Amino acid sequence: MNVTSLLAIALGAILTNNFILVKFLGICPFMGVSRKTDTALGMGVAVTFVMTIASLATWAVDHWILSPLDLSYMQTAAFILIIASVVQVVEMFLKKSVPTLYQALGIYLPLITTNCAVLGVALLNIQLQYGPLESLVYGFTGGLGFTLAIVLFSSVRQRVEEAECPECFKGFPIALISAGLLALAFMGFSGLKVF
Amino acid sequence: MKIQKQLKEGLLTKNPVLVQLLGMCSTMAITTTLFNGLGMGLSVTLILICSNVIISLLRKVIPSSIRIAAYVVIIAGFVTMVDLLLQAFLPELSNSLGVFIPLIVVNCIILGRAEAFASKNGVFASLVDGLTQGLGYTIALVIMCIFRELLGSGTFGAGLLNGGAGIRIIPEQYPAMMMILPFGGFLTLGIVIAFSQWLTRHLDNRQREKEAAKRKEAAV
Repeated sequence: MNVTSLLAIALGAILTNNFILVKFLGICPFMGVSRKTDTALGMGVAVTFVMTIASLATWAVDHWILSPLDLSYMQTAAFILIIASVVQVVEMFLKKSVPTLYQALGIYLPLITTNCAVLGVALLNIQLQYGPLESLVYGFTGGLGFTLAIVLFSSVRQRVEEAECPECFKGFPIALISAGLLALAFMGFSGLKVF
Repeated sequence: MKIQKQLKEGLLTKNPVLVQLLGMCSTMAITTTLFNGLGMGLSVTLILICSNVIISLLRKVIPSSIRIAAYVVIIAGFVTMVDLLLQAFLPELSNSLGVFIPLIVVNCIILGRAEAFASKNGVFASLVDGLTQGLGYTIALVIMCIFRELLGSGTFGAGLLNGGAGIRIIPEQYPAMMMILPFGGFLTLGIVIAFSQWLTRHLDNRQREKEAAKRKEAAV
């Protein structure tokens, strides 16, 4: 494991294999809380936070508990419980020690449990056979990629909401199509490599 | 009578994908061939029926403060079973759906139906609800698959018909690859939802006109 391979993971998670726009993970919060840039940024930060901790925690549980006991078929159930408890712990910790951050992120935290990007990163870490450091980097940069996509999209959406469009496309459909255009733009990054 | 109403809600007026806008990750990610769409739709339907029945049976036992955690564990159990069954009997499907099978756990449709329906209704009604909502999801997936597969790879039913190759409709060099890439997923779902909104409004208007005409007749 060297710095180049970590950089390659980071670049992939942020740009070429962006969790939302290329892998289709975490679409619900992406569409749900992208009406304003502030809330989008809040959601992005909260997701990054939880994804980083969860990818390390799930790696540890898989490596030290599930694999030695030959229980890897319990992965899905174990991971979702770990994520739910990580979210709960983060919520309590923030409430106690960083109340300002808690107030900013508070309403988004419970939603993250059912965010498929978080469970997705945990499962992909195992599938790709990443070690602890690689998992950590993948989780963190995956979260950064999520934040980038949701913040970019929220500023596009604010303009689209006010633009004129056919009656039946108003609201959700036009938002989906503009997200599609953003995905098209991100396709331009494919083939980008770190040497 | 009630079953008919639930069927209409699941398939049309309260379709989980097209109207309630739930479970969009899998809807856009795996709808590249009819085979994937049908497989995913039926897996979700099966899990939805099982989890609805169990949650409805246990609805008086589960304390309300930890109900979400309990639901997630029940759902995760069924998802694991389906995952293992697919790996054993349909390995091609399991490979092409990949990480999206375990991700059914966090599909909002299943948790949403558990919270909104199964936790408040009897076992049989919950079973029917699971079936109708699952079918609504499957139909939305199949519609998207047909369009994306036709335009993106030019075939119909690849993996299912014609010994796995599918029926070729557009010659090999013409299809727009774009439609099976992420962009195509967003575009197709946007257009399908727009069409369903247009259809709902159209049907509503027609019903209203009919009622108005009836009232006029009655007044005369």
